Amino acid sequence: MIGATSFSPLLLAAGAGADSFLERLPLVIRDTVAGVFPAPLQWLVGSTLSIVAIVAIFGGIFAGLTLVERKMLGRIQNRPGPNRTGPMGLLQPIADGIKALTKEDIVPRSADHLLHYLAPVALLAFSILTFAVIPFGRNLVPLELDAAVLYFFAAGAASELAIFMAGWASRNKFSLLAAMRALAQLISYELPLLLSFVPIIMLAGTLSMTGIIDAQAGWQLGFIPRWYIFTPWGFAAFVIFLIAALAESNRSPFDLPEAESELIAGHLTEYSGFKYALFFMAEYFGMIALSGMAITLFLGGWRAPLPFLEFIPSYAWFGAKLLVLLLFFIWIRGTFPRLRIDQLTRLAWKFLVPLALVNLGTAAFWSLTSGWSGALQLVRWALTIAMVIGPFVLLGRGLSGTHRPRTYRYA
Amino acid sequence: MTIPFLIIAFVTLVPAAVAMALRNLIHSSLLLIASWAGIAAFYFWAGAEFVAFAQVLVYVGAVSMIVLFAVLLTRHTRIDAGLAPDSIGRALAGLLAGGAVFGVLLGAVLSTPLRVGAKAAAQVPVKRLGLELMNHHTIALLAIGILLTVSLLGAVVLAATDSKGKGATP
Repeated sequence: MIGATSFSPLLLAAGAGADSFLERLPLVIRDTVAGVFPAPLQWLVGSTLSIVAIVAIFGGIFAGLTLVERKMLGRIQNRPGPNRTGPMGLLQPIADGIKALTKEDIVPRSADHLLHYLAPVALLAFSILTFAVIPFGRNLVPLELDAAVLYFFAAGAASELAIFMAGWASRNKFSLLAAMRALAQLISYELPLLLSFVPIIMLAGTLSMTGIIDAQAGWQLGFIPRWYIFTPWGFAAFVIFLIAALAESNRSPFDLPEAESELIAGHLTEYSGFKYALFFMAEYFGMIALSGMAITLFLGGWRAPLPFLEFIPSYAWFGAKLLVLLLFFIWIRGTFPRLRIDQLTRLAWKFLVPLALVNLGTAAFWSLTSGWSGALQLVRWALTIAMVIGPFVLLGRGLSGTHRPRTYRYA
Repeated sequence: MTIPFLIIAFVTLVPAAVAMALRNLIHSSLLLIASWAGIAAFYFWAGAEFVAFAQVLVYVGAVSMIVLFAVLLTRHTRIDAGLAPDSIGRALAGLLAGGAVFGVLLGAVLSTPLRVGAKAAAQVPVKRLGLELMNHHTIALLAIGILLTVSLLGAVVLAATDSKGKGATP
């Protein structure tokens, strides 16, 4: 490494940061509480504490995020957003929670009662399961699995089942339409989502989340982190992942299954009260989990972006990156119009899947040429960038051949 | 050791049995999916972590969608009462096909030597599994890959000619 000698004080500071008190604090708390109990029960108490922490923290983030989202959307649409409950509307999530709890729970008479009840519960359960393998900090991995990436997508795959259950059990044409749309959409976008992170696994040589984060350790030129997003193929994969993640979590502009204006909220039509809130919670949890996955795969996990910032504990960095990604999702929601179902599937099958496959080849080239140095390094970068941009431009031109941007004469 | 296995066997077999008896096809397919999840739990219990996750991803995530789509697209009524076979010939054909599959599976189970012992199965890292697949079983992996690609292309061709046949004379 070039900058290793000139930045040695910073690296020393980084070494101290890895074992600072704040870094170990969550583990110390867990072990102290678990230590109160007799030895055979300690693993159980430790695991329970992890689960409670995850549910409490991400439940809190969910509550805060609903407020932030409404405020931000309000700002984007040039209105103040919620501002009546508490100072600046800060108590709005509590008011929403009370409202959801006290509302009447209406079930259509001809609905399938068991499935109608089970759907939101199953959806929430599956979306919470995905949190189990995400490394929230240097030592904060709730469940260390060898095949963690596979586990994440296996747990997430079941959520489309729950949406189908909700749509079918409601016995409502809008709900059933939404369920069919959701199935089509989720199947279509599963493929680019899975293909986009295959290069990462190929380069890192592991399916373990900790292994992938370890593969992104270190700095280029002394200050640029070796995150995968800072390679040409990694950036392309990140963009594909983000688009597919938006579609997988039913977020705008891919919120066709619950399109409020045409399907009157789709599979949510016949849901009221707290079941409705559970659906929303599951959607936000899914979004947070996929953001956590994006952070782990592309943004170096809990690693600091600059060497001298490593004194800040790792979970704070994870939280900061998570916040940025979530705000980005909200920004997207406030900016883009909803796609039509044919545009949606065409985007997935004709554009994202071929690009993800090409990207796999690009990553293979990158991996094979890792020995090149000096001027060849520049050639390597140029070739890889060309391999990313070339197919993107060609495919985009080819697909939009007859469609020109619309021009309005009397707009 | 055996109590988790009994629970998993219960969770796998009971939904499968109930699925056969139910008249509501959607309920049946959802129970079938529960049964597949039970099989995944069995793999997990047996220490085959990778296979368990692959089972969930493929069966609970993807195959279930095919089953549900097939049910939704082929049935007109919501609740199907027809449990009796249409004709004797159909019933016989069904019995024959089911019996043949059962015979093949039973033969395979009976002819496979089972090593019974208290030795716990060692956890195989995913990396070793991948290397094994890529080195010793490359041919099989490639053959499966080509087979799946051909079937995918076939599906694309079928779908493509279907939509084009409307304007031109096929």
